[in-house]
Parts: sequence; structure tokens; C-alpha cells
Amino acid sequence: MTVTDLVPYDDALAAYDPVMGLEVHVELGTKTKMFCGCSTELGADANSQTCPTCLGLPGSLPVVNAVGVESAVKIGLALHCEIAEWCRFARKNYFYPDMPKNFQTSQYDEPIAFDGYLDVQLEDGEVFRVEIERAHMEEDTGKSTHVGGATGRIHGASHSLLDYNRAGIPLIEIVTKPIEGAGERAPEVAKAYVAELRELIKALGVSEARMEMGQMRCDVNLSLRPKGRQEFGTRSETKNVNSLRSVERAARFEIQRHAAVLSSGGTIVQETRHFHEEDGSTTAGRIKDNAEDYRYFPEPDLVPVAPPREWVEELRSTLPELPRVRRNRLREEWGVSEHDMQSILNAGAIGPIVATIEAGADAAAARKWWMGELARNANETGRPLEGLPITPAQVARVAELVKGGDLNDKLARQVIEGVLAGEGDPDTVVEKRGLKVVSDEGALTTAVEEAIAGNPAIADKIRGGKVAAAGALVGAVMKATRGQADAARVKELILAQLGVEG
Amino acid sequence: MPGITREEVAHLARLARLELKAEELEHFAGQLDDILGAVARVSEVAGQDVPPTSHPLPMTNVMRADEVRPSLTPEQALSGAPAQEQQRFKVPQILGED
Repeated sequence: MTVTDLVPYDDALAAYDPVMGLEVHVELGTKTKMFCGCSTELGADANSQTCPTCLGLPGSLPVVNAVGVESAVKIGLALHCEIAEWCRFARKNYFYPDMPKNFQTSQYDEPIAFDGYLDVQLEDGEVFRVEIERAHMEEDTGKSTHVGGATGRIHGASHSLLDYNRAGIPLIEIVTKPIEGAGERAPEVAKAYVAELRELIKALGVSEARMEMGQMRCDVNLSLRPKGRQEFGTRSETKNVNSLRSVERAARFEIQRHAAVLSSGGTIVQETRHFHEEDGSTTAGRIKDNAEDYRYFPEPDLVPVAPPREWVEELRSTLPELPRVRRNRLREEWGVSEHDMQSILNAGAIGPIVATIEAGADAAAARKWWMGELARNANETGRPLEGLPITPAQVARVAELVKGGDLNDKLARQVIEGVLAGEGDPDTVVEKRGLKVVSDEGALTTAVEEAIAGNPAIADKIRGGKVAAAGALVGAVMKATRGQADAARVKELILAQLGVEG
Repeated sequence: MPGITREEVAHLARLARLELKAEELEHFAGQLDDILGAVARVSEVAGQDVPPTSHPLPMTNVMRADEVRPSLTPEQALSGAPAQEQQRFKVPQILGED
């Protein structure tokens, strides 16, 4: 592999102004494919979810999936787009084995949604508006496995194997207008845009939008122009950038690479590039000469889609609160900083915290458990928070037990550990493990007396006014009760015994 | 009159993965020219008030419910494949070495 020349990021930005275009493909979560009734369930046996329509066999006819169209309209509305009064599908003709029909059914000059925007919030709270060009309906391709080459790459493979289960799964392609004026924050804007779009898609309930599963994929178009110049430079198109972090890295890398080429007097070739997760670099793929001639024409086997206005308005009225607006509302309700809210978002904890509060916990407790003990466990076991075997209601119950003085934090952690280990709900774990705070004043008093008797020097210090020293005695009592005492109550008893005001 | 060149027919043939001999290019260029001429005459007749037609039926919004229907078995799906391996369609090399 050739080494790509890069210039330092700051130098690149001192001389050039980046312009980006982002194309995001979202696989919808419909039960069936876009144009036939084959299941979209993941993980099925190869070629077990195909039919004459998605295999492109002669005589088969497509019929569009109503939920696919509805999802496209919802996405369009949430992106503040206009919804076409009338639009058609088109055939995009090309020969490639991933598409058995030799064309992809897509939309060309009549997208179902167009001219919108999405406001994205950067980590420091700054809001950046990304204009949306269009969102259109199309279908996914089959999955290729390349055999005989090095590490499954297409280059040098002797042949390829095709599984068409994915061919025909509904896709919505969302294309931004050129993103200008982001300057040095361009990579950050790209990442924030894809992150916000993902939240939006999830909130609409039209897809789980899991990037690691390929349910959401991003192409990053980027060009540089000398500062002060109006017209755009030549762009490169980095394909299939499939994580938020990669979107940011790919944009950053391309800025540095373009700047190196341009500042040494070279010209950027208009081409597609491949992104490499290992080192964040991109390498050249296919050169885009104008040989790409898809010969789009209106799909004769499908009738036009003309969403009635009443239906569009009905869908508009069912849209959920936009994720950014909701986050800001929750942030204020919970009384946390922008930065903390960002951490909560990144941890995927917003949903669980909201559900825990709804189940009766107060915001601080819900946040504390999900961002503390549970986030740690999720991290260690490589699971998403929502995949942990504990429900928000159970977390709320733990919080309730702590609030009522039945558990202290240490015991609560053990209860959570028990629930996660499948020992039952919180009350069962408390019962089975015998994790009640010792509230028997007689037993506590005895333990306190023993602690004082066993540590006369410390007791003297406390009597002498060093209240802080009480911590050591509290520790001794906690140890003696195997952590099952209420530390605050123990301290009160110690100070009372020693005749000191707390 | 439109007039389609031999080069344009060769380009279209390449896009459609059709291998045409020199005399076939000539032959089809003539035929396609006639077809384009006929279509151009229709365009002359159609005024601004006649919208282009892409479908013979004046219908919109024909949709199906999102309900799973039985698929073919893998054996049926692969029954027409010239080659198969691991229950997948086997296709020749797509790209050579870099």
C-alpha cells in the first residue's frame, strides 16, 4: 500500500475551506422487503428469503410495501422536508452480481421528500443546521462473499458467492445539500449529523439504525476550496463509513489528504475511496469517469406514489418530539450539564433513565445507577445498556429501597449484581442474600459500643472535638455488620455515645 | 430528426453487455433511428397540455400490507443458477488483481 501524504490538520484548515456532502442509507425495520413479501429477518439461512420478484425472474411483478412508504414520509417530515404530491420509482441500470435484476429500483428526479434540514448540536452546545437535499426510497443489494483472495477482499478473489436475502430490503437514502461554513469543525459536524439522524430514525421507530449491523451506512463526500473562493473543488467520495467515530476520522483524513495534494500543485481525482478502520485512512477505489451511465427511466411495473395530503398531515401529527429538543428538555428537568448529557447520550442511557424515572425513581438516582454500576457492567460485558438483564422497573425498585433506608449504596450494588446474575428481582435478591440494612437499634448499639471500646485513642480524639475521626469508627461498625448498617445512623449513634454534637 | 450514430449504438451495447458485430451495429443503428424518429413525431404532436406517460393505467398508491409471504426454498431459488457453492450463487471473478 502506498503511503498517503498528509498535511497537519491545522495547516490544511489555515489554507482551505472544506465542503461536505453526506449520503446516509437507512435500512427500514419493516417485516418484509420493499417490493415483495419476503421476510427481512436477520440471520436466516443463505438464500432462504427470496422469491421471483427479488430475484428478478421473468414475469414477476413488484408491489410497494405500504409501511416502507409511510416510513419514508415520516423520515421526510421529521427532517422538515416537503413531501412530494406525486412521485415515481425509477430503474437504475447496472450490471453487478449483488443485484440479480441488473437494476436497482430507486427514485431519480422525483424523490418522495426534499428540501429539509436537521439541526445538530455539537458537544459544546453549538447548533449547526444541515440542509437536506432529498430522501428517497430504494432497495438494498445482496451480500457478496469473495473467495480465493487475501482476507476476503474482492481484489484477487477467484470467484464470489451471493446471498440474496438482503436484496430488496427497503432503504431510505438521505442526502444533504453541500455543507459549507463548518470550517475546522467539519469532521465534528459530520459525526454529529449522523448521530442526530440515527437518534431521529430510532425515535420515529422506523429502524433500529444500528450502524454495527449495517442498518445505517454513510458515504462522506468531501472537497476543499482555497479560503475565500466560492466555487467548490473536486470531491472524493468515501464509501461505507460505518461508525460515528469513523465518519469523523474519514472527514479529517480526507481534509488532510486533499490539502497535501492541492498544496503541492496536484489535482484531486474524482473517485470513490475505501475507508480503513484500522488506521483511519482511505485508499482509492473506482475512478468516476462519466462512463457511469445508469440510464434511469421510470419503473413501468410500479404505479406512482401520490401521498394524500390528509394522510401526510395525519402522519405529521403523530411525529414524536425531536430527539434534540427532547434531550434539552430532559437535561433541564434532570439538572445536568451539556457535557453530562452528552455522556448519557453516548452511553445509550437516555431511554433507560427515562423509563426508570417513569417507574418511580427520582432523576438523580436513575442517572446514578445507569451511568455508574450498570454502565460499568455493560462495558465489561460488551453489551448495550438496554441489553442488560435488568429492567428499568427493577432499577427503580432498588432506588426505592435505598431511599427508604432498607439498603445502602453498597448493598444496592450487590442487589444489582444479583439481578444481573439472574437471581431474580431486587426483593428476591435481598431476601436470598440477606441484604437488609441492620435497623435493629439494639444490635447496632452493641456494635457501636464494641467499636468505641476497641479504639480508645480514636474515641478520645472524637471526644476532643475531631468529629471527622468518626469515619474510622463508622468503618469498624460497617465491617462488624458486614456492610449491612446505615452509615449515617451509625455515625449518629457514635457521636451520641461519645456525647459530641454532629 | 434525431439520428443515432454507430458509436452511440456501440456504447449502448457495451452498457447492456451485448456483443455486436460491425454489421449488426450498422443494422441496429438504422432500426433505432427509425424508432427514435417515430417517438420524435409523437413528441411533436403532444403539446404542453399532454403530460408524459410512464404507465398505461391512471392509478396511484397501489401498495401491499407489510405481511410476510412464503419465500422460495434455497433449492428452488438456486435451481436456475449456472453454478452454486455453500447454498449461494457462484459468480465469476468480479475484479482482477490491483
